[in-house]
Amino acid sequence: DTWISTQKKIHSQLSLPVYPLQENRQFGSKMTDSKYFTTTKKGEIFELKAELNSDKKEKKKEAVKKVIASMTVGKDVSALFPDVVNCMQTDNLELKKLVYLYLMNYAKSQPDMAIMAVNTFVKDCEDPNPLIRALAVRTMGCIRVDKITEYLCEPLRKCLKDEDPYVRKTAAVCVAKLHDINAQLVEDQGFLDTLKDLISDSNPMVVANAVAALSEIAESHPNSNLLDLNPQTINKLLTALNECTEWGQIFILDCLANYTPRDDRESQSICERVTPRLSHANSAVVLSAVKVLMKFMEMLPKDLDYYGTLLKKLAPPLVTLLSAEPELQYVALRNINLIVQRRPEILKHEMKVFFVKYNDPIYVKLEKLDIMIRLASQANIAQVLAELKEYATEVDVDFVRKAVRAIGRCAIKVEQSAERCVSTLLDLIQTKVNYVVQEAIVVIKDIFRKYPNKYESVIATLCENLDSLDEPEARAAMIWIVGEYAERIDNADELLESFLEGFHDESTQVQLQLLTAIVKLFLKKPTETQELVQQVLSLATQDSDNPDLRDRGYIYWRLLSTDPVAAKEVVLAEKPLISEETDLIEPTLLEELICHIGTLASVYHKPPSAFVEGSRGVQHKRLPGSAGSGESVESPDPGAAATETPPAVIPSQGDLLGDLLNLDLTPTTTTGPPPPTTSGMQMGAMDLLSGGLDSLMGDESEPLGGDIGGNPAMGAAFGAAPATMPASFNAPGSGGLDDLFDLGGGVGMPMGALNPPKAVWLPAMKAKGLEISGVFVRRAGVIQMEMTLTNKAMSVMTDFAIQFNRNSFGLAPAGPLQILTPLSPNQSIEPLNNLQVAVKNNIDVFYFSCQYPISMLFVEDGKMERQVFLATWKDIPNDNESQFQIKDCHLNSDAASNKLQSSNIFTIAKRTVEGQDMLYQSMKLTNGIWVLAELRVQAGNPNYTVSSISLKCRAPEVSQCVFQNYEAVLKN
Amino acid sequence: MIHSLFLINHSGDIFLEKHWKSVISRSVCDYFFEAKEKAAEPENVAPVLQTPHHYLITIYRGKLFFLSVVQTEAPPLFVIEFLHRVADIFQDYFGECSESVIKDNVVTVYELLEEMLDNGFPLATESNVLKEMIRPPTILRSVVNTLTGTWSNVGDTLPTGQLSNIPWRRAGVKYTNNEAYFDVIEEIDAIVDKSGTTVCAEIQGVIEACVRLTGMPDLTLSFMNPRLLDDVSFHPCVRFKRWESERALSFIPPDGNFTLMNYHVSSQNLVALPVYVKQSISFFDSGPCGRLDITVGPKQTMGKTVEALMVTIHMPKAVLSANLTATQGSYTYDLATKVLVWDIGKLNPQKLPNLKGSLSLQAGAPKPEDNPSLNIDLKIQQMAISGLKVSRLEMFGEKYKPFKGVKYLTKAGKFQVRT
Repeated sequence: DTWISTQKKIHSQLSLPVYPLQENRQFGSKMTDSKYFTTTKKGEIFELKAELNSDKKEKKKEAVKKVIASMTVGKDVSALFPDVVNCMQTDNLELKKLVYLYLMNYAKSQPDMAIMAVNTFVKDCEDPNPLIRALAVRTMGCIRVDKITEYLCEPLRKCLKDEDPYVRKTAAVCVAKLHDINAQLVEDQGFLDTLKDLISDSNPMVVANAVAALSEIAESHPNSNLLDLNPQTINKLLTALNECTEWGQIFILDCLANYTPRDDRESQSICERVTPRLSHANSAVVLSAVKVLMKFMEMLPKDLDYYGTLLKKLAPPLVTLLSAEPELQYVALRNINLIVQRRPEILKHEMKVFFVKYNDPIYVKLEKLDIMIRLASQANIAQVLAELKEYATEVDVDFVRKAVRAIGRCAIKVEQSAERCVSTLLDLIQTKVNYVVQEAIVVIKDIFRKYPNKYESVIATLCENLDSLDEPEARAAMIWIVGEYAERIDNADELLESFLEGFHDESTQVQLQLLTAIVKLFLKKPTETQELVQQVLSLATQDSDNPDLRDRGYIYWRLLSTDPVAAKEVVLAEKPLISEETDLIEPTLLEELICHIGTLASVYHKPPSAFVEGSRGVQHKRLPGSAGSGESVESPDPGAAATETPPAVIPSQGDLLGDLLNLDLTPTTTTGPPPPTTSGMQMGAMDLLSGGLDSLMGDESEPLGGDIGGNPAMGAAFGAAPATMPASFNAPGSGGLDDLFDLGGGVGMPMGALNPPKAVWLPAMKAKGLEISGVFVRRAGVIQMEMTLTNKAMSVMTDFAIQFNRNSFGLAPAGPLQILTPLSPNQSIEPLNNLQVAVKNNIDVFYFSCQYPISMLFVEDGKMERQVFLATWKDIPNDNESQFQIKDCHLNSDAASNKLQSSNIFTIAKRTVEGQDMLYQSMKLTNGIWVLAELRVQAGNPNYTVSSISLKCRAPEVSQCVFQNYEAVLKN
Repeated sequence: MIHSLFLINHSGDIFLEKHWKSVISRSVCDYFFEAKEKAAEPENVAPVLQTPHHYLITIYRGKLFFLSVVQTEAPPLFVIEFLHRVADIFQDYFGECSESVIKDNVVTVYELLEEMLDNGFPLATESNVLKEMIRPPTILRSVVNTLTGTWSNVGDTLPTGQLSNIPWRRAGVKYTNNEAYFDVIEEIDAIVDKSGTTVCAEIQGVIEACVRLTGMPDLTLSFMNPRLLDDVSFHPCVRFKRWESERALSFIPPDGNFTLMNYHVSSQNLVALPVYVKQSISFFDSGPCGRLDITVGPKQTMGKTVEALMVTIHMPKAVLSANLTATQGSYTYDLATKVLVWDIGKLNPQKLPNLKGSLSLQAGAPKPEDNPSLNIDLKIQQMAISGLKVSRLEMFGEKYKPFKGVKYLTKAGKFQVRT
């Protein structure tokens, strides 16, 4: 036995002889609090009341204890309020504490009664014993009753400056409590400033609590500069960090993480002082330190020796976290998942610690598996595969499934291992365990996508298991395989036909897949499968309520009947390669999450704005840029991420056309500006479709019967098909098809340049009968000022002339007009786009001013190159960025993009992050000023009310006008 | 930070709740009950749950759920660490952490919780400090209390540790026998595959200390081979700078029992396993039966005896009974949990223990798909399997001569053999 357990033994032996065991037990049970739980008889409250008012102190205390015990189990003892409060004035600290406990619980429901306690509180705040002073101010802060709060201010002010640090640190927390109850009061009373001063307190615990309180207050004031961090305060925090408790260290580290060092030297010196925290026994301290280091590391040049040292220091503490309790492991693993994505080098040699033990809780197992895949590389793949195969024979179904899937991901990630993975999967299929087979088939489909024409020899084995598949995803995957390799599977038609029998009972993804697979089969083996394709097309179009299925059915039908060659090109098109890494977190999000290591955000892998209540205004945190060689660090710029659009394309439905259909068709038919408007990424897809559509429409009247593969028999086959079709085309479903054809004509309509109505610029009253109304429009690259001059006077007006005062963008009349007296500059502050005009006729000269929409100034060649955009965005200082919100705008991002394009605001790139569409746009003003914009639109929600926009421009003055223009265009 | 705490027993009753800010209705726990319902085993309930307005962070200790409610973006590790600390304190105060003991001491529990957290911020979590403020219930004090009726179990002076630079030690400690004992305890976590190859093996080490020394002693503990320790975490009392420069532990110890240091020897250093296991468990395709044959032998024991050797096997569900013969020790098979335990005792290198025989399966059940895993338990006294050795303990700052002692112990942690 160990020393310590021996010690315990001796201790218990010593204490035993003094009191006989039996008697102890009796005492023990008599003295426990469990007796409080048993009093359920009627009249209990009255009894307690009598006891509370007893003269005997001990009886009083016992009674209060009983009250508290009842309270903890949820019984309502609020009726005893006055009696309990009467016990408060006592010099017995325990009794006092008990009464305080009661008060905190019930004051809210009995505010008037609670007032009775105020005097005692105020008196206690002056007590010579610091413990009582602190206790009083602490308890007062917990009583969430306005009347009490009023009385709290004075004692709190004193306690914040108390000579005893214990009182000061308690008071610091009390400010946060008070702020939660009445924020305005805290500001008015100047408590925030006092709290800020406490950051420089001599006692580390006071510093830590001040930081904790300020951080909590700052959370509800995202933009207030409460924690104004500068090198001096940072130094104080770092000093306090070494001396305060573990919890204080967490507060300070989390606060440090919000600081942005001025340069790499400061960054390094902070890192050096934080690294000792990595050896703390408290895992939360360790993880907060990791956060600070991960963030500040970004600023260190990679060639620095210290950078390498730091990387090495980070691995051991992370590994140690995994030997803690399972709950801690879970949070640690979620964070390691982020760290591994950002800096794989830290843990690349530590694969083994993520191996799963069979008695790990399931939530730990699943996370470990995820990280194993992320760390898998050519060097360790053999080990990983052996492990995964082991896991695939475990008991827990979810875990087994994920393990099988992981084998597939390994195959896709590490090319050299693909063969071994496939054979492992085949071994697993041989076990005939139903869910294992199904998962294996799903991942084999992806392997086929990644390595075409390499492993098709296994198809025969897969086909043997066709009957056992009962999960939609596995069925869809199998159908995809059959359709894709129809030419190599002799009985492909029989296989697919067997699925067709229960077509309507299948889930949508299986139905869609079956439709596509049969069309593929038909295009590959037209002669034998004509009946089959007709059957599936009619099932999809006529007998289905699902619009997706029906639409896809119609498109295939139309494609096949009009231009089989095009159909072949579309349906059997080469598929884009699937990416190596699936489910990687999008880089900007990852950067933000790295700044939130250790928080709930890091567990959910979502930015706090996405789920924390009342944090909508929270600023997104970003990693600081690197000071040295910037080569491999992704810039924190949102645009940077747009260039490397993550190729997350394992389409779960495995169908190309499905994706194409989601694209916006409109730009091709835009009547307004010519179409080099959308990003290159979208262009390719659009071309494909516009070609398809053209032929769809153009060939309508032509007889069908093109030759596929030079097979004359097929012409006949196609000739037959359309004959049967018209009947169904006139069926109720045909409305959908009409819509499809209307696309060409209809879509252009809303796109035309918007023409606002003319506004009255100069009323007749003011101009001796001359009324001028007008509007600015931009046509064919020329800004036009259209005016209607109405003579409302009796006499004739002649000799009209016009002149503009000097204006921000140098607008001047283009026509040869007479020049009149210049106007003196207006003193008042005018909008930039204000135009002061003078019109003269034979009667008088009239001056008026009007505002032109700034979009008039946007020139047609305002589309920036992507690279230039990125560079410019980075180049423009952040101070020049302005943020705006557009409310009540009911457009999706594509419609918005199209609308904006008609006023020469060009979309350069688009991406979707967390359900938000981000549009990156540029525009150029006549005087050569570029404005860059990032427009965020909540995608997929037709009822969204707010979209927001950030504008960057070298001349930030124009931002306001530009924003107004956005608003005008989008709301129109 | 931490808003509320609910204590929930195994069967899902909330038996204690405490709120540090406004009161949150206990109906918030319904989300947790839902998750608990879904997870078959209580161990498998995810520790962080999201509800529409709150986050529930839970730990499972001693068949109890400690469920905390968090409303803002709080660090979950912070909350989990704190909850474990609460459970530790209960353990420390009441000798165990169970529903009945918490109910027996509900008022003390309430006082403790109030003292441990203020506005959701941890206040005093060191057991030394808490014990100065709220005295733990002892038999002796109960007697005195009832006899005199005066003794309060709440201290009325400020705990000396609360604000000093060494919050873990109270002032004015006095002993007649001054002693400092250290236990170096190492646990082996390992996975061995069917063929007997070590898949991974690592050591979790801990140095537990029991220090009862008068005054303010300043101790230095040094090792023969500190190079082994590259991944360590310390009690806050350890001076990190000294460790960095001299690889020695220098500290003013807390009073009483505490964990001085945890360390981790990773799988990259070759970890030697003390025993090997030869096993074969197979189920026949024909007929509802299987065979089992297990032998355990010593491997790397540096001449020490392996004690308390025990093999635990979680059998597949279909296994009805086991008919085995053990050359040493005894075995039991629990039909309800499907766990076979073979308690061997001391390992005799001259005569290796063997367990052999047949397993019978439920009639008609298919051949089990999952392979059972073997869990090994063992103890080796007076040996740290990593080879770590304390070279000496010096004391500064006080004049007396304390008793000193170091013991070593190697145990199996999660030591698992796959079949």
